[in-house]
Amino acid sequence: MHKSIQRTAARTLTALLLALVVAFAASPSAFAEEGGGYPEANINVHDQASLQRGARLFMNYCVGCHSLKYVRYSQMAEGLGLTEQQVMDNLDFTGAKFGEPIVSAMPEADAEKWFGKVPPDLSLEVSAKGADWVSAYLKSFYLDPATNSGWNNTVFPNVAMPFPLWQLQGEQVAVMNPAEGGNPATVKELKLAHPGSMTPAQYDQAVRDLTAFLAWVSTPDEAVRSHIGAWVVLYLVLFTLFALVLKKEYWKDVH
Amino acid sequence: MRELMQWFEERTPGLGAVYRKHMTEYYAPKNFNVMYYFGSFALLVLVNQIVTGIFLTMFYTPTAAGAFDSVQYIMRDVHWGWLVRYMHETGASMFFIVVYLHMFRGLMYGSFKKPRELVWLLGMFIFLALMAEAFMGYVLPWGNMSFWGAKVIITLFSAVPVIGEQLVTWIMGSFVPSDPTLNRFFALHVVALPLVLLLLVVLHLGALHEVGSNNPDGVEIKKHKDPKGIPLDGIAFHPYYTLKDLAGVGVFLIICAIIIFFEPTVGGFFLEHDNSIPANDLVTPATIKPVWYFSPFYAILRMIPSKGWGVVFLALSIIVLFLVPWLDRGKVKSIRYRGVGYKVALTIFAIVFILLAAIGADLTPGWIVSIFGPNADITTIENLFGRILVVLYFGFFVFLWAYTFFGWEKTKPVPERVTTHA
Amino acid sequence: MADESINKGRRRFLTASTAVIGGAGLIITAIPFVETWLPSARAESAGAPVTVAIGKIEPGQMVRYGWRSQPVFVVNRTPEQLQWLPKQDTRLRDPDSKESDQPKYCQNATRSIKPEWMVLIGICTHLGCVPDYKGEVRPEPFDPNWKGGFYCPCHHSRYDLAARVYQGVPAPLNMVVPPYHFVDDTHIQIGVDPKGAA
Repeated sequence: MHKSIQRTAARTLTALLLALVVAFAASPSAFAEEGGGYPEANINVHDQASLQRGARLFMNYCVGCHSLKYVRYSQMAEGLGLTEQQVMDNLDFTGAKFGEPIVSAMPEADAEKWFGKVPPDLSLEVSAKGADWVSAYLKSFYLDPATNSGWNNTVFPNVAMPFPLWQLQGEQVAVMNPAEGGNPATVKELKLAHPGSMTPAQYDQAVRDLTAFLAWVSTPDEAVRSHIGAWVVLYLVLFTLFALVLKKEYWKDVH
Repeated sequence: MRELMQWFEERTPGLGAVYRKHMTEYYAPKNFNVMYYFGSFALLVLVNQIVTGIFLTMFYTPTAAGAFDSVQYIMRDVHWGWLVRYMHETGASMFFIVVYLHMFRGLMYGSFKKPRELVWLLGMFIFLALMAEAFMGYVLPWGNMSFWGAKVIITLFSAVPVIGEQLVTWIMGSFVPSDPTLNRFFALHVVALPLVLLLLVVLHLGALHEVGSNNPDGVEIKKHKDPKGIPLDGIAFHPYYTLKDLAGVGVFLIICAIIIFFEPTVGGFFLEHDNSIPANDLVTPATIKPVWYFSPFYAILRMIPSKGWGVVFLALSIIVLFLVPWLDRGKVKSIRYRGVGYKVALTIFAIVFILLAAIGADLTPGWIVSIFGPNADITTIENLFGRILVVLYFGFFVFLWAYTFFGWEKTKPVPERVTTHA
Repeated sequence: MADESINKGRRRFLTASTAVIGGAGLIITAIPFVETWLPSARAESAGAPVTVAIGKIEPGQMVRYGWRSQPVFVVNRTPEQLQWLPKQDTRLRDPDSKESDQPKYCQNATRSIKPEWMVLIGICTHLGCVPDYKGEVRPEPFDPNWKGGFYCPCHHSRYDLAARVYQGVPAPLNMVVPPYHFVDDTHIQIGVDPKGAA
């Protein structure tokens, strides 16, 4: 009787521990920007075509201000499945050599003067804020005459950055909630006031591509890693099986 | 092979004797269960930390200006650098998972009781050294959480009466964590503490081998020996436990490999997102919290409303573990034969430890909102919940003492020989 | 005691096979660690080929460039300097460059792709000093019969204008010629062989 209680207790404890582990895992990851709950970015970092489109968007619209100083053009070529020629012809607008890092041409002093802040390097943006945040951010700019740049962003209120992709997405305006008491009015939702060259579906895809590219930039090792990992685990399973059989053979001596 | 060993034997006779004493003629109880793997796993992880740590040191720049960049250099420019870094970072977390389970085994089976009190004490010193080593290691990448975590934890020392403020400045070598702090943490993390850890591990194993291992039944196998002096319930460590541990290591490595290759940050628990931002003394992370393995103790610190007393209770929560061999007056070692009260208390203690970790890791706000709705007063609920847990944490040790000191524990008869099934 | 006999053969087989599988795993695990010592992407970038403009180099002039932290001399050899090269052969230690380090396409009379353009790593093969360029064909204090070349001030080694070492000096070998090729008539890229060359 006692043994079965013991066993039940042990199993209950194990189940409880496992449940707690699952609860831990299911909790929203502790990203740098609290108050998560952004819509899923829905990106695929293994889709090289998406990464290439994202890279092109980045070089066309972002690298003017933002560096990716930890990534080299040569590494981008390898990770995105491009040749040196393709990268140098289509993606190198900063005049850097193939092996050099992707650095924005904008002098920091000027950037500080124009925007009030040096545009941050984006090499680790997805690691720090999460792909969902980045994706939401890129879709949440709206016209705001009250700011320096004329732009504001619901994901990052009063951000110093103007919106470089307005020609693609179009221009959004904020529909405000009525102001209550003495509090300033809050944004209820964003509406597309003037369409851009892309339909909302196309812009969504563009954001997915750009976010996927930035996610690759944050952890370029991921593709290689998961590929090798499968083999490592298979090997370890094989090794463990042999080790188990060997152990059982010798433990025949033990009674 | 035999000739080679003979060559050594003739020139340093001690070696063969050491090998026999600790491997082929060290008789361990034959009824070790799954809880007995974690000591070997800890040793394996220690070797991993040292080897991967040495390689990281080849590429890391230990200055405030260069550290963060050098970590990215390792992750991106050095061939296989990302693998070395992830092995080291995953190893650090696995070290604590393994050590906590190893310590829990001790509590379950009374491995801290006479004559093994010294083994337990040395183990506790290893735990202290490990916490210091892990804390300093986390500062080295000089990310924003490295900086702010260092600031918060070092500032705790200002609670020391009279010399507190000067102590903090002395530790940092400056008025805020900066280059001098990083440089000295590097020296301690790479050289000093690993040497201390190695020495303590050698002493820990030496002390253990002197008295012999405990087992899940808490039975002293040396009480019944055969005519040759070998315990009847003992089996040679080599080859029986070397092979069993080898198979166990295989399973352990599978788990480690899955983490390293598929999810090395474990959703931000093993490698925090805020550390992807360089250290910035002007921008505080939204939540400053230590890495998950310090969470339970951090929660205890936070739940005490006063800073000074918080530090005291934090220290006490670890000191009390040192005292366990003397708090527990019971004669029966293993939970299998102890009173129901102990089984319940230990189970509650384990759950409390995990829930405290959840508080320290800032998981509870999410849970509270999902249980009580979005308008819940998170702080009040968390404080209430957390303080009950702190009482229960210390309560375990108080209970353990009272339960055994006043003889309330009703134990079951302990068998003379080991049982091989639970 | 047990009645079953120990199957030694099975134990040997299992031990050996587990050891082989485990050993293979250990070796394969060691490989990434060994490879961390290979030049990193940063080192490769720093050691990347260098393209230099040679259009403005006057005949008889030597210009120094940097590649992989080494000095690279580019000399625009005059016809007069070139005509003395074959006549130095008997005074040289290794006139046919059999022992020295140069690309296959530079193992010729002028140790170069085009006769007038000499490209070499300006490091003396004795103990590593950087020799002086003494291009003028005129008697020098260290050699009354000087026909132009390089003179190392440290221990007085001498080389001709194809960087070939003279006999009777401490240096053992001709100076090294790096891989290079002509991007066009006025640009050389140091560090890359001409396409199709060995």
